[in-house]
Amino acid sequence: MNPRIPERMGDTGTGNDGATGLIREKALIMSGYGINSEMETGVALLRAGMESDIVHINDLIAGKQQLSEYRLLVFPGGFSYGDDTGAGNAFANRVRNNIWDDLLEFMEGDNLVLGICNGFQILANLGLIPAFDKTYTRDIALMPNTKGVLECRFVTLKPANETLWTKGISYLYCPVSHGEGNFSCSETMLRHLEENHMIAFTYCRDDMSPAGGEYPHNPNGSVADIAAITSLDGKVLGMMPHPERAMEFVNLYDWPKRKEELKRAGKPLPSGSVNMQLFRNIVRYFGE
Amino acid sequence: MASCIHRIEVRYRSDPRLSTRTGRIRSLGFPVQALHLVDVYTIATHSRDFSHEVLSKIAAQLINPVVQEYTIDRPTDFTPFDTAIEVGFLPGVTDNTGMTAKQTIEDYLKIRFLEGEAVFSSRLFFISGDLDPGMLEKFVQSLANPLIHRVHVKSRQEYGKSGMDHVTPFVSLHELPTAEIVNLDLTDADLARLGKEGIMDPVSGLRRGPLALDLAQLHTIREYFRSKGRSPTDVEIESLAQTWSEHCKHTIFASAMDHDVPEGLYKTCIKAATNRIREERGEHDICVSVFSDNSGAIAFDERHLVTHKVETHNSPSALDPFGGALTGIVGVNRDTIGFGLGAKPCINVYGYCVGDPDTEPLLFRGKNRQNPILSPRRILEGVVQGVGVGGNCSGIPTPQGWCYFHERYMGKPLVFAGTVGVLPRTSGGRMLHEKRALPGDHIVMVGGRVGKDGIHGATFSSEALDPASPVTAVQIGDPITQKKFSDVIVKEARDLCLYHSITDNGAGGLSCSVAEMAKECNGCHVFLDKVPLKYPGMAPWEIWISESQERMTLAVPEESLDALMDLMQRRDVEATVIGRFTDTGRCVVECHGHIVMDIELDFLHDGLPKKHLVTTPIIPNFPEPDTACPERLNDLLLSMLGRKNICSKEFIATQYDHTVQGGHVLGPIQGIGRVQASATLTKVVPGSAKGVGLSQAIFPSYSELDPYRMAIAGIDAAIRGLIAIGIPLDAIALLDNFCWCSSDEPSRLWQLKRAAFGCYDGATAFGTPFISGKDSMFNDFSGFDENNNPVKISVPPTLLISSIGIHPDVEKAVSMDAKMEGDHVYVVGRATPGLGGSEYFMHLGSIGNTVPALDIHHAKEIYQRMTGAIMNELVASAFPVAHGGLLIALAKVSIAGNLGMEVSLPEGIRPDYYLFSESPGRFIVTVSHENRDAFERMLGKDAHHFGRVGGSMLKVIAGRTLVDLPVDQMEAAYKAPFRRY
Repeated sequence: MNPRIPERMGDTGTGNDGATGLIREKALIMSGYGINSEMETGVALLRAGMESDIVHINDLIAGKQQLSEYRLLVFPGGFSYGDDTGAGNAFANRVRNNIWDDLLEFMEGDNLVLGICNGFQILANLGLIPAFDKTYTRDIALMPNTKGVLECRFVTLKPANETLWTKGISYLYCPVSHGEGNFSCSETMLRHLEENHMIAFTYCRDDMSPAGGEYPHNPNGSVADIAAITSLDGKVLGMMPHPERAMEFVNLYDWPKRKEELKRAGKPLPSGSVNMQLFRNIVRYFGE
Repeated sequence: MASCIHRIEVRYRSDPRLSTRTGRIRSLGFPVQALHLVDVYTIATHSRDFSHEVLSKIAAQLINPVVQEYTIDRPTDFTPFDTAIEVGFLPGVTDNTGMTAKQTIEDYLKIRFLEGEAVFSSRLFFISGDLDPGMLEKFVQSLANPLIHRVHVKSRQEYGKSGMDHVTPFVSLHELPTAEIVNLDLTDADLARLGKEGIMDPVSGLRRGPLALDLAQLHTIREYFRSKGRSPTDVEIESLAQTWSEHCKHTIFASAMDHDVPEGLYKTCIKAATNRIREERGEHDICVSVFSDNSGAIAFDERHLVTHKVETHNSPSALDPFGGALTGIVGVNRDTIGFGLGAKPCINVYGYCVGDPDTEPLLFRGKNRQNPILSPRRILEGVVQGVGVGGNCSGIPTPQGWCYFHERYMGKPLVFAGTVGVLPRTSGGRMLHEKRALPGDHIVMVGGRVGKDGIHGATFSSEALDPASPVTAVQIGDPITQKKFSDVIVKEARDLCLYHSITDNGAGGLSCSVAEMAKECNGCHVFLDKVPLKYPGMAPWEIWISESQERMTLAVPEESLDALMDLMQRRDVEATVIGRFTDTGRCVVECHGHIVMDIELDFLHDGLPKKHLVTTPIIPNFPEPDTACPERLNDLLLSMLGRKNICSKEFIATQYDHTVQGGHVLGPIQGIGRVQASATLTKVVPGSAKGVGLSQAIFPSYSELDPYRMAIAGIDAAIRGLIAIGIPLDAIALLDNFCWCSSDEPSRLWQLKRAAFGCYDGATAFGTPFISGKDSMFNDFSGFDENNNPVKISVPPTLLISSIGIHPDVEKAVSMDAKMEGDHVYVVGRATPGLGGSEYFMHLGSIGNTVPALDIHHAKEIYQRMTGAIMNELVASAFPVAHGGLLIALAKVSIAGNLGMEVSLPEGIRPDYYLFSESPGRFIVTVSHENRDAFERMLGKDAHHFGRVGGSMLKVIAGRTLVDLPVDQMEAAYKAPFRRY
């Protein structure tokens, strides 16, 4: 078993819970057709200081709600259309076939887009990520996990580049829970991603050394241990793991052990978790 | 019929699933060299044809071009291969992928598919390898279930350049959609036959399948209609059969029994226990809604309630494990959505009793080797996958569950599926746990359409012989359709106050849901021709009792009907007004202008004749083991850790999403060494310090020895699991699920009575009320062996006790893993004699007779002190002793913490009996050196200090060294049996 790295012991990330006030910019969290993590994603953003509206895609299509009123668009986790025809594919088609122009307009502005798990799969199918140009072609795929079944477990993530999303993060520790998260692309594409510093997080071992493709540290077989990438302009982040599901200390897989360690060292328990920083970075981006 | 048929075949350029899949197939004994998978979409239309150009665009919508490629109307070629096997669905089986593809095409082209047009999905397997015809047939059987799948096999030559054939499994029915009059003026013999085999179909001349009405019930029905001066319709008879079924009325639990249970077991044991506890608790009563609704509900905090309900889906899972388990879990999700005015499903739980997956019993449902049962391994893998897909697709975490193996589950597995819900106490000025349909309210059916699914349950009707007739015996759920209406109901419509009442459509379909809600206002009037159907040609009685999944029934007042229908339409959820609630005291059903049912509600619900059951005691006398205690227990411990009821089933936990909704606190797997815990803890209200703890317990191996102590053991273990994580006794409620066998035999009824008495005594002594329960009384397999000898296999009488408790402060919760070197190890609670039915005795091959007893009043005191110790943060880890006994619990705590231990046993004991005794009421607890004194003061004599945590070995000493095993070695033994799953 790998020893815990020292900085994880001293982690005292605290919950914001809106204590320092909310920023003016709002997030739109997409819902419908089997998306299912919209509520906890909203809670995570609120804890970091950003309000959001959960909006059903059909209300956007019907023009009852406007994307242009928001600065952050989130495609949260879920099982849209039950992963039929490929995870995220059917929902991406629904977006492309109905609200594509609104989305392109949104992308033109100084706005951010976040896709988590099923949301990442949707972004990839829409070509919003990695988006080397404005043709938005599909360049990457999230294929079925090599084990062939859904994998739900905590993973350790290491930031691979300095991006607006990874600022101040030394690691994340949060669950994956997906059947199709096996990041795949051509070697040329991988080189482009690396050269343009677009890999945001990679799967690693507890001691922060690379997972090296080894299960379960790399839970799905992703090439180069890729867990998250950004778009070329850095404003879109797609990630398979779920930081929004482990925002509190007690959400972490190993918290009972860490609690004993902290208690016996005479240290207080943190209320929040490291994973909060990702959402704080969004708030900071708009706040700056 | 569709005249334009096109096939799109999709494959990965480099398929990531292949190496795992091929490895798995080889591990099952098939010499497959190479395997390739192709997904097929068959598009069938008649009103238009798609050009090749349009089909290319459609294909582009259905694939990911980065990693996949497709062919249109041209067979995929994998050279070389030996055999191509295509597996698709039979007519009428839910095809979710086909449905999504259809919606995608409609949305893309802005068109609508018409009646008789569809997209069908199927999967093509190309294999090469040296499989002889017998082996090939077996391989094909491993890919498909003949009850739901169609299979087409072609050799390389047959496949040639033309590929597979076009197959479009449309349903085609030629029935007369009218109601028939049923003549009940028959001899008793003919009447009994009517009840057993069903109504004669006037068109086919065949019986429709069992009504399960007995002679006394049929006499009562005949008298009722004689008094009305007319004969009943088939709709009325089928409806009464549903409403009076064991499944709906629980006659065995409701009937008088012997001389001492005149009110029946349910009222006397279950309900009475809850009533007494609620009275004694007074204002500290945690129950809010018990036994009256789709789930039971207890207080969570001042603003929220939580609900819980556990169901079984045994027969469907025996026939189609995947579909049966999937419809089981999404079905119990609806018991949550249908609680009060709607609770949000927030935790799923599961439990599986199956045969030994390493055996392949040769048993058949029919004579002459017809209709073989599925192997325990297929059943296990199918049910595991079914519950997983249900929970995962619905965004409901599934942290809590177990798996139990016994050879007597080989013919009939038990599949338990449960759901916890959360809801605010009030919304829009309404108490959300109360509901009432009012006269004049519209009856609105929401969700999926109605087909012949589930009619007459798992019977093989004669229609199954017609290739175009729909599959009725089993069904595949559609979790996304349900997710859509679940979201709109629980997250929108409920709080907009758009309906007065809601219930789910489960057993009996509309006939039960509408008639049940009609009690709230005293009447209903239904128009069956308004009910949206999956395919035309269904008879009225079929529409009325169909068990098609994913439907709710709502009572919607006139003033909010438009708003509700508009909301449903915007959420892409089908909603249809199918009638009105009334106050006529009658259940009236109309179809195309004809009244096909008109029965007084009083008769429908309360007209069934009462029964008096008689029991016969049985005194067990099984052989006692006669082996001596081995000198050293190393090998024994490793074998015990590898027993299937003890070892790790982590492969189930990790394929179930247990973190969605963001409330994970203590999950299914705990500690650095990843051991399965016996209780889980989940936050269900963001921002609250409280959490919902869940545990479950069963001891089927005790039931033939002592059903009373079996029930006590289950109650105790379910409670103890929650005590160990820090939930106080007075915050715990229970659920009971009886899965019995041969419940028409007096000796089985005696066992049932003893278990029910155990439930009363256990619940009242602990003060933990039952809030919900369910029973399934005939879990027997009747069939034939390979030589045509009749075989009956009955499950061991099985009682699942599920516990739910509210943790006051989850930061104080305790996990099971040993935490630190140097910590002290205690066993809390005292052993009582007897290893009857224990895993150890089963390992020795003779189950014994004496099930250990429990002094509940003493246990209660211990549990309260344990809670005190945990609330004062004196406990580093706690784990209840259960299956496998004390040593297994010690080993698990040690493996979970990846830390060794050294413990010394008291004198004057027989070591193996002491170490493998499962006697209830005990915990393994570890405590830091700093907290040792405080802990011992708090627990007193009930905490026996017997060692320290440390090193990398588990050492057990009693004068001599009994055990000295490296933790790694124990971990390997614990994880070995299911490593390849």
